Amino acid sequence: MNLTLKIWRQKDSSSKGQMVDYKVTDISEHMSFLEMMDVLNEQLVNTGEEPVAFDHDCREGICGMCSMYINGEAHGPDRGITTCQLHMRMFKDGDTITIEPFRAAAFPVIKDLVVDRTSFERIQQAGGFISVNTSGNTQDANSIPISKIAADEAMDAATCIGCGACVATCKNSSAMLFVGAKVSQYALLPQGRVEATERVQNMVAQMDLEGFGNCTNTGACEVECPKGISLDNIARMNRELMKASV
Amino acid sequence: MALDSRVPKGPIKDKWTDYKNKINLVNPANKRHIDVIVVGTGLAGGSAAATLAELGYNVKAFAYQDSPRRAHSIAAQGGINAAKNYQGDGDSTYRLFYDTVKGGDYRSREANVYRLAEVSANIIDQCVAQGVPFARDYGGLLDNRSFGGVLVSRTFYAKGQTGQQLLLGAYSAMNRQIARGKIEMFNRHEMLDVVKVDGKARGIIARNLITGEIERHSAHAVVVATGGYGNVYFLSTNAMGSNVTAAWKIHKKGAYFANPCYTQIHPTCIPRSGDYQSKLTLMSESLRNDGRIWVPKNMEDVMAIREGRKKPTDLSEDERDYYLERRYPAFGNLVPRDVASRAAKERCDAGYGVNATGEAVYLDFAAAFDRYGTEQAKIHNITNPSKEKIKELGQEIVKAKYGNLFQMYEKIIDQNPYETPMMIYPAVHYTMGGVWVDYNLMTTVPGLYCIGEANFSDHGANRLGASALMQGLADGYFVLPYTIGDYLADDIRTGPISTDSKEFEEAEKEVKDKIEFFVNNKGTKSVDYFHKKLGKVMWDKCGMSRNAQGLKEAMVEIKAIREEFWKEVSVPGSSNEMNPELEKAGRVADFLELGELFAKDALVREESCGGHFREESAELDGPQKGEAKRNDKDFAFVSAWEFKGEPGDAVLHKEELEFKDIELKQRSYK
Repeated sequence: MNLTLKIWRQKDSSSKGQMVDYKVTDISEHMSFLEMMDVLNEQLVNTGEEPVAFDHDCREGICGMCSMYINGEAHGPDRGITTCQLHMRMFKDGDTITIEPFRAAAFPVIKDLVVDRTSFERIQQAGGFISVNTSGNTQDANSIPISKIAADEAMDAATCIGCGACVATCKNSSAMLFVGAKVSQYALLPQGRVEATERVQNMVAQMDLEGFGNCTNTGACEVECPKGISLDNIARMNRELMKASV
Repeated sequence: MALDSRVPKGPIKDKWTDYKNKINLVNPANKRHIDVIVVGTGLAGGSAAATLAELGYNVKAFAYQDSPRRAHSIAAQGGINAAKNYQGDGDSTYRLFYDTVKGGDYRSREANVYRLAEVSANIIDQCVAQGVPFARDYGGLLDNRSFGGVLVSRTFYAKGQTGQQLLLGAYSAMNRQIARGKIEMFNRHEMLDVVKVDGKARGIIARNLITGEIERHSAHAVVVATGGYGNVYFLSTNAMGSNVTAAWKIHKKGAYFANPCYTQIHPTCIPRSGDYQSKLTLMSESLRNDGRIWVPKNMEDVMAIREGRKKPTDLSEDERDYYLERRYPAFGNLVPRDVASRAAKERCDAGYGVNATGEAVYLDFAAAFDRYGTEQAKIHNITNPSKEKIKELGQEIVKAKYGNLFQMYEKIIDQNPYETPMMIYPAVHYTMGGVWVDYNLMTTVPGLYCIGEANFSDHGANRLGASALMQGLADGYFVLPYTIGDYLADDIRTGPISTDSKEFEEAEKEVKDKIEFFVNNKGTKSVDYFHKKLGKVMWDKCGMSRNAQGLKEAMVEIKAIREEFWKEVSVPGSSNEMNPELEKAGRVADFLELGELFAKDALVREESCGGHFREESAELDGPQKGEAKRNDKDFAFVSAWEFKGEPGDAVLHKEELEFKDIELKQRSYK
C-alpha cells in the first residue's frame, strides 16, 4: 500500500517543531508500524536527510519505550498493544497517517517523536519500592502466605510498562493510572503494607510536583493502556491517600 | 598471560562459603570513599548497582534506554529456576547444579555453576521481600512450573512476564538508592570505551545520547553488565538496541573474550515474513509442554498449504509427521532447545516448511484442547459432551495458561491460533559466550568485572530454560557485591580518581575521532545495509549448523563487509545531537569485528557441543546416528581469545575444564 505520513519534526527541546509530510510506497500489510517507520528512515538516509527519531527497543510490547501518538490515539488504532505491536493491516492503501509525540507538560519533547519521561522516574524514586536490603538471610519466600487473589491483583497492577500512554491520552495529562498501579501493587501485598502510608503520600506529592493533572474519571487511560491496567487502581490509590491523611 | 580461574580449593559444596569467610572486606566507613561504575541496568547490572549502593559504595549506573526498567531482561517470559524443593519432588542444590552442567553439554566451569545453584534459593526470598508478585496457589504459597531438560518442577514465574517483574524488583531497589543519592543514574548514556590507568580499569568514556556530549567518568572499579550479542545476526529476539559494544571495547583493551561461537537458537519463535523484518519474537518454551510440532508427511500437501489450496487442519493424523516424537520418543516435543531447533531446520531444509518462505513448522494445540477438554467435562459432570464442547472447555484451560502468548501471536501473524496451528521457526535468542571472567567475575583486566549474559561463565555450550534470570540476579545480588570487595580492599587509600589524566584524554580522543569519522564520511549506504549483510553471513554460515568450509568463507566475507563499511557507510546528522543512526553505526562497527572472531572460534572448535553443531562431528551410525558428537578428549576447554589488533589475529588461550563432581556423558534424548 501507499501512504502519506504527517510527522512531527522538532530538532531539539528548545526548537519549534512542525508537521512534515512524507510518502512511503509498497508497504506490506504484514509489516509492523515501526518497520514501516524503518522503511521511511532508510529512504531518508539514502537521500541524505535526517531520519525521524523515535523511541523503541524490545519491539515486542514489554519494554515501554515506544510512544507514538498515531491518528489521535496513543499507540494507534488497536487495543491492548503498544506501537511496536501495531501492524499495517490496520490501515489501507491511500491513507494519511498523523504521527505525533506523546504530549504532556511533564513529557517535554527531546527530538521529533522522542519525549522525556524522567518525571516517571522521579515518582518511582519518591517511594515506589519496599525498603529491604539484599542479604542472603531474608526470610523464606513461603513464610508469609499471600492469598492467590491478592497476588493475582498485585500482578495485574504490576504489569504496567511505564510507557505513558495514560498521560498522553488523558485530557488533564494525569499520571494517576501509572501511580495508582504502583501504589496498588505494594498496597495489596503484606510486604508492602509496612510503608504504605508514606509511600502513597510521597509518590502523589512528587506526581503533583512534576505537573501532571488530576483525574476526572473519563476512563480514557484504561481504554488506551496497552496492558489494560484497571481504573480500580486509581480508586485504590485515592483510598490509600485518604487513609494516610486521617 | 596465563589464565587463572581463581577457583578456591576444597570440596565443591564448601568452596563458596569458605571463600566468602576468608576474602578481604572493605569496612563500611571506607566504602563511602569508593566509586563503582556499573554499565547496563538489566537483571545483572540493576541488582548489582542496588546491592553495591546498599553496602555503601558510590555507584554510577549507565543505561542507553530512558530508564533502567527498559533493559531487555524485561522481555524474559517463562520463569526463574531455584532449588527450593517446594514441590517435594527431590530437588536440591546438587540436582540444579547437575542439570545446568549437563544441559550446558559439559562446557561450563563446575565451581561457578555450583555457586549459582547454591544462591538460587536466596534470589526467590529476596524478590518476594521486594514485592515481586510471583504466581501462587490457593493456599497462598508459591507455585512452580517445569521446563525442558529437567525432571523436577523448580521454575518460579509471574504469568508470562517473569523477567519484567524481576527487573522491576531490581529497579525498585535501585530507585531507593537513587533517592538516597547512593546511585547516580545516567539514563540515555552509552559507554564507548573503558579507561585503564596503570593497568587497572579506572573509568569509562560515555556519550550522552541526548546532547551528543562525550563524558569522562572515573571509578575504582568498572562492572560491565551489557547483555548478549545476538544482534550480530541482525535478526534475533534481542531488543533493537542490544549490542556488543561495551563488551567488545573492553576486549580490545585487554579482556579476553570466551567461546563467542556458543549461541542459543531458540526453537519456538514467530517465523519471519519478509525482508523488511526488523526483529523476531519469541514464544515461551513453556508452549512445548502442550503443543505438538509437525510438518506434512507428503510434499503435495506442503505445496497445497503454501499455495492456500489446503489448510493444516485438513490433514489427517497419518498425513502429518510429528518429527520430534518420531526421532526422540523419550523426550518428544520437550527435547532441549538446540536439539529441537536443529530438527526443525532439518525438515525445512528438506523442503517441508509450511509458509511462503519455506521456514516454518507447525506447533499444534489440538491434542491439548482435547485432553484438557475431556478432563474438564469429567470435572464438571458433563456426560456425552460434543466435540465442540470439549474443544471449548480445553481452549479455556489453554487460554488461562498461555493467553498472552496466543494474543501476541495473533497480533503479529493475524491468524487465530485457537483455530489453526501456530507457525514457528528457530531464532537467535541468547549468547552463552562472552567476556571471560574468573571465579570473582573479574575479567583479565584488574578492576574490570563482567556479569550476566555479557560474561561466559555458567551455561557452557547451551543454556537451560529459566536459567538466564537466575544467573543475572545471582551475579548481581549475591556474587559480585562480595567478590568485588576483595579487590577494592586495596583501594581504600587511593582517593578519588582524577579524569584529568592522559589516559582519559587519549580514550576520549579515540572515541571522538571515530564519531567525527562517521558523521563526515558521506558514504553511499546506510548502517542497516551493512548490518543486514553481516547478519546473512552469520545466519547462513555460523547458524544452526556449521562446517569448516563455510566458517572460513564467513571470516573472509565478514572482513570484506567490514572494509566496505568503513568506506561506504553513511551517517546523516551531526555528532552533537540525538542521532540514532550514529549510535547504530558504532554498534555495527563492533559487530563486524566480533562476527569474524565468532567464525574463527567456531572453526577452531571442531567438535559439536550444545548450540554449536559442527557437521563434521556427528555420530555416523548406531542409535545416535546423525546426532551431535562431543569430543571431550580434545575440546574440554574454554576458548579465551586475546585481541591482537585485528579480530582474525586473536590468540587462543585455553582454560581446561575439570569435572570432579560430575561424570561426563553423551547427552541422549532418544
